[in-house]
Amino acid sequence: MHGVIVIHYCRYTAVIWNLIITRQKSPEKIDEMVAPYGSVFIVGCGTCATGCGTGGEEQVKAMAQRLGGRVLGWAVVESPCDARIVRRDLAAHKGELEVADAVLCMACGAGAQAIADHTEKLIIPALDTLFIGKTERVGRYFERCRACTDCALLETGGICPTVRCSKGLQNGPCGGQVNGKCEVGEYKNDCAWVLIFNSLKRQGRLEALKSYRPPKDRSAKARPQELASR
Amino acid sequence: MEMGRAIHSRLMKAITEGRFVFTGEVEPLKTANAEDIVRAAEALRDWTVACNVTDNPRARAYMSSIAAAHIMQIRTGVEAVCQMTVRDRNRIALQSDLLGAAALGIRNVLTMSGDHTTLGDNPQAMPVYDIDTAQFVRMVRGIVDEGRDLAGNRIAGKVGLHVGITGNPNAEPLEMEIMKIEKKVALGAEFMQTQATFDIERAKGFLREMGRLKIPVLLGIFPCKSYATAEHLRRSVPGITVPDEFVEQMKMADAEPDRSRQRDRIDGVNIEFFSSMIRELRKTEQLAGMHVMTIGYERIVRSLSENA
Ligand code: SF4
Ligand code: SF4
Repeated sequence: MHGVIVIHYCRYTAVIWNLIITRQKSPEKIDEMVAPYGSVFIVGCGTCATGCGTGGEEQVKAMAQRLGGRVLGWAVVESPCDARIVRRDLAAHKGELEVADAVLCMACGAGAQAIADHTEKLIIPALDTLFIGKTERVGRYFERCRACTDCALLETGGICPTVRCSKGLQNGPCGGQVNGKCEVGEYKNDCAWVLIFNSLKRQGRLEALKSYRPPKDRSAKARPQELASR
Repeated sequence: MEMGRAIHSRLMKAITEGRFVFTGEVEPLKTANAEDIVRAAEALRDWTVACNVTDNPRARAYMSSIAAAHIMQIRTGVEAVCQMTVRDRNRIALQSDLLGAAALGIRNVLTMSGDHTTLGDNPQAMPVYDIDTAQFVRMVRGIVDEGRDLAGNRIAGKVGLHVGITGNPNAEPLEMEIMKIEKKVALGAEFMQTQATFDIERAKGFLREMGRLKIPVLLGIFPCKSYATAEHLRRSVPGITVPDEFVEQMKMADAEPDRSRQRDRIDGVNIEFFSSMIRELRKTEQLAGMHVMTIGYERIVRSLSENA
């Protein structure tokens, strides 16, 4: 049970495990979504949403308190995106789940759908899923990968052009960069291609900038992907 | 340009023959009425070899550049440099539009990234960027040289198009800009039009590099119709440095109370500045011509071309 050991480690040490960055919807929005249902069960996430402070035990308890009487119970599933762990961690809540009108899910979209599959209940998403990110500190996150299926980081000096260039350009900068800043966002963000240029220059690999990168194959992202490696 | 490549446009013919050329610019707006474009093109006709037709600049949803380019060509005889951005169309739409443009008699295409959707008047739009401008150049070459689309599918019959790219002499780091251009030249870009510059020394350095890459350059300039335009350019357009002296002279010209004398003085400041810039550049550098960003100031092109 390697996975469990990892999660255990994350939960009880200072390490924060947040890969998928989420944000809570506004209380008004959550109230509006919950209003039609008499009873709800709340499911939190012990991994990314705990790290983000959006769906950990603390936030789940606060949510239960705010929503008051209609909350039948709650659970923080170690990682709601893992069907095996969902089964394990929700086993003890079978009764509450059966009678609940809906499940308020404080996990990312993937977690919420795994909970939906397992419980076959109406799912109310309490979080918005933002991106796959890097954590600078609690509360400060940066999008760093869009799971493009064909990682270019070697050729681009460790900086992702798909995410960090606002136009996802693969062969160099657009005409909109000024002094290393991107035209998108009023010249506050770094232009990815200037970062790539500087990184390749540092690495003594500027030649990589000259090689032509053909159009990306978008077909892989045109349908929900599956992986069956075993 | 590669030896032996067929010539399909007056622009490419003039460049290949080594004639010093001027291109102008017309901007289709948010209207289905093309009269303003026709009027602007007519004002530019005798002094330019071709005119750019912009493709939704600043990401504003305007009349299509292909439609406007076609109307301009048919009604005024002015050859179009049809700007096409990769912002709004995926590779299917771009290829479809290239074939459509060629069928309408458009012969020059300027490949551009396009200002980002979020800067435009429909900022919630999906930014497409399925391919980038280097890949766009490759796409045009495939269509023209091999009769194949990007995926290798055959195209029936010949397609006559020339593919241009943009460059920015003001870019920093310039080394990166030059490497990007080098890549596009290797892919088969045939001509370049640049971002506007007021900086002669920078332009010289840039042109020297372009000479090494052997791509004909039409250097972009932005004559200012009024002191307000010059001031706006200086204050609010990032990446362009307008010399204080030029702005000062524009201010003095602007102070002239007599309207027609004011107009003449403003023209005079522009002609003096840009004509001497052109002469100076032509003395030492390889320069195919000038791309004059003329929107609303068409009359200046005549004087500039007569003084070149
Ligand atoms: S290139 Fe960028 S988006 Fe693609 S896998 Fe690598 S980091 Fe992720
Ligand atoms: S300025 Fe740089 S990061 Fe921004 S869109 Fe252009 S190339 Fe990409």
